[in-house]
Amino acid sequence: MDLTKEEESALKGEHGETMQTAYRILVATGEATDAEKLIPIEWAHLSGVNYNTIGDAGEEFLSNMSKNARVKVKTSLNPMGFDIDSVSKYNLEDNFISKQLSIKQSYETMGVIPSFSCIPYEIFEIPKAGTQVSFAESNAAIHANSFDNLKTNKESAFSALASALTGKSPYSSLRKEISSNLTIRMKVENPNELTYGLLGFFAGKVGNESVNISGIGKMDRRSCKSLCGGMGTSGTCAKFNFDEDDHESEKIDFDDDEMTKVYDELNTCEKGDLITLGSPQLGLEEISDLALMLKGRSFKKRCMIFCPRTVKEQATRLGHTKQLEKAGCEILSDCCTCLTPLIKKETVDGVTTNSIKGAYYLKNSNGVNVNLKSLSKIIQDETK
Amino acid sequence: MKKILVKGKVQGIILKSQNPINFLGTMDKKTGIISDEHHDLFQKSVKGTILVFPYGIGSSVGAYTIYSIKSNNSAPIAMICEKVDLTVATGCALANIPLITITEEEFSSLENGKKILLDTESPNPITFLE
Repeated sequence: MDLTKEEESALKGEHGETMQTAYRILVATGEATDAEKLIPIEWAHLSGVNYNTIGDAGEEFLSNMSKNARVKVKTSLNPMGFDIDSVSKYNLEDNFISKQLSIKQSYETMGVIPSFSCIPYEIFEIPKAGTQVSFAESNAAIHANSFDNLKTNKESAFSALASALTGKSPYSSLRKEISSNLTIRMKVENPNELTYGLLGFFAGKVGNESVNISGIGKMDRRSCKSLCGGMGTSGTCAKFNFDEDDHESEKIDFDDDEMTKVYDELNTCEKGDLITLGSPQLGLEEISDLALMLKGRSFKKRCMIFCPRTVKEQATRLGHTKQLEKAGCEILSDCCTCLTPLIKKETVDGVTTNSIKGAYYLKNSNGVNVNLKSLSKIIQDETK
Repeated sequence: MKKILVKGKVQGIILKSQNPINFLGTMDKKTGIISDEHHDLFQKSVKGTILVFPYGIGSSVGAYTIYSIKSNNSAPIAMICEKVDLTVATGCALANIPLITITEEEFSSLENGKKILLDTESPNPITFLE
C-alpha cells in the first residue's frame, strides 16, 4: 500500500498510540482487501456497542481508547443491549447494565452520535450519490451500497472505528465500480419480506464481494431491509447489483427448493412463546404500517418491537406508540432482536419472527428455537 | 502463500475446519468453543491451535470476539485462511495473532493434528515438523 508521509509517521507512532493503532488496523485491512491507498471518508457507522457481543475485552478496550481518542468525521452507532427506559422490567444483572453504560459513555466521550441504531440509512440524511462512507453494521453496509448510492467496504468494528478516528479508509474493490460474475435468478413467485430475507441469506452463501440479482420486481422498504439483513448474516458479500442486462455471468436459480432448504435450516420450531419484530430495527414507515395492520386487533402473546429512539419519538407524536401498546406490543428503543440479552433460553423456548438475521442469532447465540413467518402471517395467526 | 496480514513466528498443532467460521454468533468468548451444531468443529475449542479454515463470515462485531478470546487466553496462536475477510483481518491485527492466506493447493496439504512451524518472514512460511 502507498501511504502519504503523514500516514507513515502516524503508523510509526509519531502522532501517539491511538493513531498508531488506528493506522495499523487500516493498513491490515487495506492489505487484506487489495487497496492501493487510503482515501477520505465522510461518515462512519460503528458496530461493537452491545456488551453482550463485545464483552469485558471490548468494554476495557473502549474505556482506554476514549481517554485520548476523538472522532474526526460524523460517526453514528449501532444498538446496545437494552432500552434504559424499560431495563428494570427485564431482570438484567447490574453488572451488565453498568458495563453497557460504560460503553455508551466511552463512545459519547469520543464524540460519537448516540444513535443506537442498525438502520443509519433510514434515520440520517443520505449524502450525495457516490459519497465514500465506512459502515460496519453488515445490513447497513449492504443497504448503503445497494440502495443508497453510497460506497463502503463491509467494515469490521475495528476498521470502522479506525476510519472514524482518522477520517480515512482503504480504497478497496467495493469502493470502485465493479461487476459481479455471479447472477442469482429469482424464481420464487409472490415473494414477501420473509422470501427476500431467505434470498439474502442464500445470496450471502453463494456470493463473494457482490452479486447480481435478476427477476425481482419493486421491493418495499421492509423487503429491502430483510434482503440486506439476510445477506449480512450468512456471508462476506456486501453489495447487490440489480442490473438486468448482464449476460456474461454464471447463473444460479433461487427457486422454491432452494428457499425451502434455507427455511428448514433457520426455522427450528412451529410455535413461539413470544414475537419479535425488528432486526434490522423498524423505521417509521414500518411502524406506521404496523399500526394500520393492527387496527382493532391485539396480540395473543408478547410482541417486542425494536426501533431507534428517534423513530419511537416520532411514532409517539403520531399516536402510533399508544395504539401499538394497546395492541399488546412492547416498543424498545436503542436495542435490537439481534444478540439481545432480553430473551433468555431459561424463560423462552421459542420465538416467532419474520427476521432472518434475528432467527440466526436467536438460535446460535441465545440458544432459543425460532419459528419464521411473514409479518402478514404473524398478524393473521397471533392476533385476535 | 498469498498474503501476510499479521506478522509472526509460532509453532503448534493444526486444527482444521472445512467450514467458514462465524466468530460472533458461534464462538464462546471465554472458552473459544464452537456452538453451531452444523459446524465441523462443533464443541471443539480453538485455544492454543493453529486454526486453519476457509474464511470468516457473519457480523463484523466478530472482530471483538477474536480480541476477547485472546484476552481470555483462549485464542488460536495463529490463523491460516484461504480467503481473507475484514472481520478476521482486523480482529487478528488488534489481538496480534499472526494471520496469512494461502492457495487452495496449500490449504488441502494442511492436515488436522499435524505439527507445523509458521514463520511469516521466511520464504517458505510453513514447515512440517513431523
